[in-house]
Amino acid sequence: MSDPVLPLGSASFDGLVEVREIGPQGMITLRGDLSAPEVIAAVTDLAGLEMPGLRGANTAGDTGLLWMSPDELLLLVPYRQAPAAVDRLTAALDGQHVLIVNVSDMRALFQLRGTQLRDVLAKLAPVDFAPEALPAGELRRTRFAQVAAGVWLLDDTTARVFCFRSVAGYMFSLLSTVADPDSQVGFHVK
Amino acid sequence: MLTFECPCCGAHADETELHAGGEAHIKRFGPGASDDDFEGYLFTRENPKGVHFERWRHVNGCGKWFHAARCTMTMEVFGTYPAQTFQPPKDLLDKITEKRPGWSWRDLS
Ligand SMILES: [Zn+2]
Repeated sequence: MSDPVLPLGSASFDGLVEVREIGPQGMITLRGDLSAPEVIAAVTDLAGLEMPGLRGANTAGDTGLLWMSPDELLLLVPYRQAPAAVDRLTAALDGQHVLIVNVSDMRALFQLRGTQLRDVLAKLAPVDFAPEALPAGELRRTRFAQVAAGVWLLDDTTARVFCFRSVAGYMFSLLSTVADPDSQVGFHVK
Repeated sequence: MLTFECPCCGAHADETELHAGGEAHIKRFGPGASDDDFEGYLFTRENPKGVHFERWRHVNGCGKWFHAARCTMTMEVFGTYPAQTFQPPKDLLDKITEKRPGWSWRDLS
């Protein structure tokens, strides 16, 4: 197997928050009826995590289940295990009306860490980043400036952001710009 | 700013996270339809000052289409409802009547 290459080669920036490109992260898109018992059984069995509800993001390390839309789930698995996980899901859901695709290499993933996290994120998306509006463990799909993005908080000072690989450079520039040490807002965090 | 609550994912989506899909509940008539029916389907649109029904897509979000009722003059949003319907739900119509007595839109009122 060839070596995976990160879109930006583990780029990082230190500012109001620490921005770091992480991965490679195995990602599998599943399209289908997320309320079907067979689908729930297959994905929870694979991930060892509970089925997420509306906009839920149940993650543990590099494993996770993200609720993307009423008929779309994003499974996070260790990168090397993604092809085998697709085979296992495909076998488990044989006969079901589902689509399962390994999308690991078409994504870029960033981790943001720091106390200014919510203020930094709020500069980029038309989203209420208050703790009540976006608690840890909830996925928000939105746009960051001009590109589609998904974001969820692991805890109050750590977030993960993913986007298409083709806009990884743009996303990293955005995140670095809003994390500029001279651009503190002090709204969500005094 | 126009903000809709997406009925598919529950997110409060600002206008810039959405794609406008034009007027709601446009009917395409079946085979054998008259030229007038086809013209209405293609071209005839409401342009109200007040209550309006539209289609929107949560494009930078869950990706789903949905319906919305709003006031074109004040930007007040009366409500959103799923795309899989031919007409607005009764409780939404009642709510609009409460706020805009005497309103009408096509054959709704
Ligand atoms: Zn939505």
